[in-house]
Amino acid sequence: MSDNSLKQRNQRTLRKLLIWAVAMFGFAFAMVPFYDVICDITGLNGKTSTTASTEGPSQVVEDRTVTVEFITQRGEGVNGDFTAATRRVEVHPGEITLVNFFASNPKSSDIITQSIPSVSPGEAARYLHKTQCFCFDQQSLAAGERKEMPMIFYLDPELPRHINTLTLSYTIFDVTERVAATNN
Amino acid sequence: MSTAAAHDDHHHHAPKGLKRWLFSTNHKDIGTLYLWFSFAMFMVGGLLAMVIRTELLEPGMQFVDPEFFNQMTTVHGLAMVFGAVMPGFVGLANWMIPLMIGAPDMALPRMNNWSFWILPFAFLILLSSVFMSAFGAGHPSAPNFGWTFYAPLSTEYGPASTDLFILSVHMMGISSIMGAINVIVTVFNLRAPGMTLMKMPLFVWTWLITAFLLIAVMPVLAGAVTMMLTDRHFGTSFFNAAGGGDPVLFQHVFWFFGHPEVYIMILPAFGIVSAIIPTFARKPLFGYASMVYATASIALLSFVVWAHHMFTVGMPLAGTLFFMYMTMLISVPTGVTVFNWVATMWRGSMTFELPMKWAIAFVILFTCGGLSGLMLAITPVDFQYHDTYFVVAHFHYVLVTGAVFSMFAAAYYWLPKWSGVMPNKLLGELHFWSSLISVNLLFFPMHFVGLAGMPRRYADYALQFADYNFWISIGGFWFGLSQLLFLAVCILCALKKGEKAPARSWEGAEGLEWEVPSPAPFHTYDTPPVVK
Repeated sequence: MSDNSLKQRNQRTLRKLLIWAVAMFGFAFAMVPFYDVICDITGLNGKTSTTASTEGPSQVVEDRTVTVEFITQRGEGVNGDFTAATRRVEVHPGEITLVNFFASNPKSSDIITQSIPSVSPGEAARYLHKTQCFCFDQQSLAAGERKEMPMIFYLDPELPRHINTLTLSYTIFDVTERVAATNN
Repeated sequence: MSTAAAHDDHHHHAPKGLKRWLFSTNHKDIGTLYLWFSFAMFMVGGLLAMVIRTELLEPGMQFVDPEFFNQMTTVHGLAMVFGAVMPGFVGLANWMIPLMIGAPDMALPRMNNWSFWILPFAFLILLSSVFMSAFGAGHPSAPNFGWTFYAPLSTEYGPASTDLFILSVHMMGISSIMGAINVIVTVFNLRAPGMTLMKMPLFVWTWLITAFLLIAVMPVLAGAVTMMLTDRHFGTSFFNAAGGGDPVLFQHVFWFFGHPEVYIMILPAFGIVSAIIPTFARKPLFGYASMVYATASIALLSFVVWAHHMFTVGMPLAGTLFFMYMTMLISVPTGVTVFNWVATMWRGSMTFELPMKWAIAFVILFTCGGLSGLMLAITPVDFQYHDTYFVVAHFHYVLVTGAVFSMFAAAYYWLPKWSGVMPNKLLGELHFWSSLISVNLLFFPMHFVGLAGMPRRYADYALQFADYNFWISIGGFWFGLSQLLFLAVCILCALKKGEKAPARSWEGAEGLEWEVPSPAPFHTYDTPPVVK
C-alpha cells in the first residue's frame, strides 16, 4: 500500500519535472521573439526598422550637425562590388538626405540579394528613420548588372545630445538559393 | 525455468558478466559505470589537449595543421565538459545520494540505466567525427568551431560533421535531464524518516540545486542546437542575418544555458568539499544553513549574468553595467562558502589524509580561479582580456583545480566505501603532489601570456610567448601523465589490493554512508535507517 503510493508520488514528481523540461525547451524558442522585442526597445545590436517610416521629421535642428558614416560589407558568396557613393555625410537632425549605394553582379547568372543594416552605437538605431531603403526588399541583380540603390533617411530631432557620430553598416547577402528553396 | 528457480535461491545475487552492467538498475553499479566513463572521457579529452600542447610547444607550425588544431580544441572542450565533469558528478550522485539519505536505490532505477547508456553512444557519435578526421579518407573535418559553437561558424560554415555533433548534444542533454530528474525525485520522495531537508548532507543539497539547474537549462541547449539544425537544413534563419535572423541571438541563447552550466559543474564540488573538510578537521561544518542559502543564491544569480561572456558584442551601457554588477554579486555567496570552509578548519584537529589534501588544494586554487573571474567581470578590463589565454587560465583554474580536483578528493574519500580497500597511499601521494605542481606549471603562466595579449584558439603565437608556452606544454604533459597514477590507484582498489577498510573508513567521518559496511553491499537500506 505504502509502496504503491510511493510509486504514485514518484510519478507525480516525474511528470511535473518533465513538464518543466519541455517548457524550458519551448522557452529557448520564445527567446527569439523576446530578443527582437528587446532589440526594438533598447536598440541592442543596432537593428533599424525594417519598414519605411511614414512620417516626416517634425523640424530641422539647424544648430546641430551629426556625422553619419557608411560601411559596406559583402557576406559569404557575394563577389561583386558593393559600395556607398559617399563614405560620410554631415547632416542636421531632421534633414532628409539621400545616399546612393551600388551593387554589381559579375556572375553569369542572375542573383537575388538582401542587405542587412546595423547601426553603431546601437542606442542610435531607433533615431534613424528611413523613408526609402534598398534593404526593405530583396534586390535582384541580372548577370553582369551594376545597380544603383537609393536610401533616404533622416535623423530624429530627438537624437540624444551625446551622439555626434553614427555608423550605418550594410552587409549584402546572396539569397538566391534561399529564395529558390522557399518557392519550391 | 530451472535456471530461474536457481536464481531465486540467491535472491540478492547480482547478475554476472556483461548483463550485470548493461541491464543494471542498481544505483551503485550505475554510479560505477558513470565514474569509469567519466575517467575514460577525461583521458580522451586529455589526449586531445596533448595534441594542442604539442603544437604549441614551439612557435610556428610543426605537428598538426590549423584546421585539425581547431578540431582538437573543440572536441577537447566538449569531451571534458559533457563527458568528464558532468558524468563524473552524476556518478558520485548515483553512488552517494541514496547512501547519504538512507534510500534503498534511486527513485527511478530503469530511467537511471537508460540515462547512463545513452552517453557512450552520444560520445561514439561525436568522437567518430574525430576518427574520420584523423584517419578517414579525405579527412573530413570534425567539429571545428570551439565548444561554444557560435553561429555562423557552426551553421553556414560548419563542416558536415556538425550534424553528428548536434545529434550527440541532444543525446547528452536527454541523459543529463533524466539524471537530474532522478536526483530530484529521489531526494524529495525517498529520504529516510527523520531526514528533513535541513538535515541532508551538503552534497545532497548542492546536487539537488544542480539538478534543478540542469532541468532549467539543458532544454535550452537542446533548443539552441535544434535551431542550428533547422538553420542548416530546413531553411530557417534563427541565426542567419541574410534571412532576417541574428548571429548574436545565438550567443544569448547559448550563454543562457552556458552560464548556469558552469555552476552545474562546480556546485556538486562545493558539496564534496563540505563533506571532506569537517571529517578531517573533526568539527561539524561551519554555517551549514548559510551554505545551503549561498548555494541556492549562486544558482539563482546564474540566470542573470550570462551576457558577461559577450561584453564585446556591443551591448548598451546599461546592459553591460547590469551584467557586470550581477556577476560581481555572485562573489558574495561564493565568498560565504569559502569563508565557511576556512572557518571549519579553524582550530580543528586537522589531519592531512589524501582526500583532505585534495580538498584544501581545491579551496585555494578554486579561489584563485574565482579571483581571475572577478577581474574578467569588470567590463572595461574584459575588453582587453576577452578571448585571450587569461580566460583560458581562469576557467581551467575553476574547472580543473576546481571541479576535477574535487572529484579526485571525492574518489579518495569514498573509494574505501566503494571498493572495501583503502586507496594506495604511496601512489596517491605521488598523484597528488605531481598533479598539484604540474597543474600550476600548466595553467598559471597562461595568466601572463593572456595579459600580454596571446589570443585563445590559435595554432600559433608570436615569438615573445615562446618560453612561457614551452613550460606550459611541459606542465601539460606532466599533468596528463600524472593521471595514470590515479588510474593505478583505481585499478588496485577495483582488484581489492590494499589495506582493508572499516565501515567508518576515516576517523572523523560522519553520515549515513559510513554506517553501512565497506564495501557497501549490493543492496543497502532495504529498511530505512532512523535518523535522529
